[in-house]
Amino acid sequence: MVEVRNLFKKYNNKTVVEDVSLEIVKGKITSFIGPNGAGKSTVLSMISRLITRDSGEVLIDGKDMVKFKSNELAKKIAILKQANHINIRLTIRELVAFGRFPYSQGKLTKEDWSYVDEAIEYMELADMQEKFLDQLSGGQQQRAFIAMVIAQNTEYVLLDEPLNNLDMKHSVQIMKVLRRLADDLGKTVIIVIHDINFASCYSDYIVALKDGKVVHNGPTEQVIDSVVLKEIYDMDIEIQTINDKKICVYFT
Amino acid sequence: MKIRYLVIALVILSFTSLFIGVKDISPLDLLDLTDDKVQIMVQSRFPRMVTIIIAGVVMSISGLIMQQLSRNKFVSPTTAGTMDSARLGLLLALIIFPSAALIEKMAFAFLFALAGTFLFMKILDQVKYKDTIFIPLVGLMFGNIVGSISTFFAYKYDLIQSLNTWMNGDFSMIMSGRYELIYVSIPLVILAYFFANKFTVAGMGEEFAINLGLNYKFVVNFGLVIVALSSTVVLLTVGTIPFIGLIVPNIVSLYLGDDLKKSLSHTALLGAVFLLICDILGRIIIYPFEIPIGLVVGVIGSAVFIYLIMRRKAYE
Repeated sequence: MVEVRNLFKKYNNKTVVEDVSLEIVKGKITSFIGPNGAGKSTVLSMISRLITRDSGEVLIDGKDMVKFKSNELAKKIAILKQANHINIRLTIRELVAFGRFPYSQGKLTKEDWSYVDEAIEYMELADMQEKFLDQLSGGQQQRAFIAMVIAQNTEYVLLDEPLNNLDMKHSVQIMKVLRRLADDLGKTVIIVIHDINFASCYSDYIVALKDGKVVHNGPTEQVIDSVVLKEIYDMDIEIQTINDKKICVYFT
Repeated sequence: MKIRYLVIALVILSFTSLFIGVKDISPLDLLDLTDDKVQIMVQSRFPRMVTIIIAGVVMSISGLIMQQLSRNKFVSPTTAGTMDSARLGLLLALIIFPSAALIEKMAFAFLFALAGTFLFMKILDQVKYKDTIFIPLVGLMFGNIVGSISTFFAYKYDLIQSLNTWMNGDFSMIMSGRYELIYVSIPLVILAYFFANKFTVAGMGEEFAINLGLNYKFVVNFGLVIVALSSTVVLLTVGTIPFIGLIVPNIVSLYLGDDLKKSLSHTALLGAVFLLICDILGRIIIYPFEIPIGLVVGVIGSAVFIYLIMRRKAYE
């Protein structure tokens, strides 16, 4: 379990994360939502040690994150930031193989390769695995990166805006994959996401942040609610139920 | 390209390199070597061949490491101020402790090369506009500023001639007794092999690298130390060779990608082959005189470089 206690972060005297405490439920998808500048990405980055916290604690399976060796943590938590501008020429297969780096330091065993093959298979990239990343579309690249994270085989998978720059078809595809990661493989998925309808349709829990603070935290059912959303986004959002899913209508 | 073609080319060119020169020695003479021919082989031809191969390997690998760590295809020791800083260090060593041993001067030059390279990387961190072409331009400007300081001191202390020796790479002065320093760079190449996977991961960017549990800062710093040290060694033995650290890794990247585990051997071999070809051309074009290697590499290298830039444009 990931447990966050009283997390603070300041940049140039401006507080971007203020007293954030939350618990992430194992084996479920938790979405971080909120307006721009709410501190969602910063919290995610602090949970995954990409940036240091000013104060507070992040406990992973009961142990403070900073007490882990970076390499050990890499076997527990995988984080994927918006990766649109990676400009290294690797093939999909090479990239996914680097997902095994925490275990093998680059000298992959037979077992490592079987994880790589599985991950490629899982993301349906087998027929293009020898292609270079710069020959792929945005959606294919994103799938390749997620395949790498799957090969990393961590209990926790953190993704910062995984749908950024993707069209509807690829967005749905990625969200379905995340759903399967949680349901079939029992992984704990934490995402930062802007589209509240994707959050509503695919996540189990939603954490809503605003001005660096948690304003709501609970099952998706409870957070996708006109009154709650008004408080988060300062706008009237009508909610309709279509095919048992709550859909927010906010375009007009 | 298959690696065995590169190996075959390397063997043939190395062999050819041994039999080119003012004193006529043909491969047949090997069967019946006179004393003076043995002398020429041992004193001049062999050291020259070895130096060319090692310098080609080392400069290409340095370029590859720098491109990987700076995540920019157009950064290399000659376009990031490394060479200029090493020259400044060497010059100051000559001025401040003229009687110091060569290895001590080298250490001093190395510290400057390292400081210069770190400074360039720091500038890179600060630059917000990370355009592929803009960054090496910053490096060239930075190098020129360092270079102008060197020129100032060189004029003041009447050392312009020494400075020019290090500016233009030249293999004609390579002789037994004054090239052995180049061997220092062999362990560096071996280290680069051990770190190949780590450099690749670092090349994916800091966040990717941390996610995979890599000690990012250490690997980057370690890579820069290898680059600075090997650049200093080459500077001291042959002088500056432009372009090679830039174009060789780029060519290999085009057909093999950026996984260092795969591309390191190709880069090393292609670097040696490229430099051997340039050296042989320089020795036969105005035979019995010689065109300095820096000039030959400069002409061929700039043509390849322009081709690479145009190709890159076609990509985007």
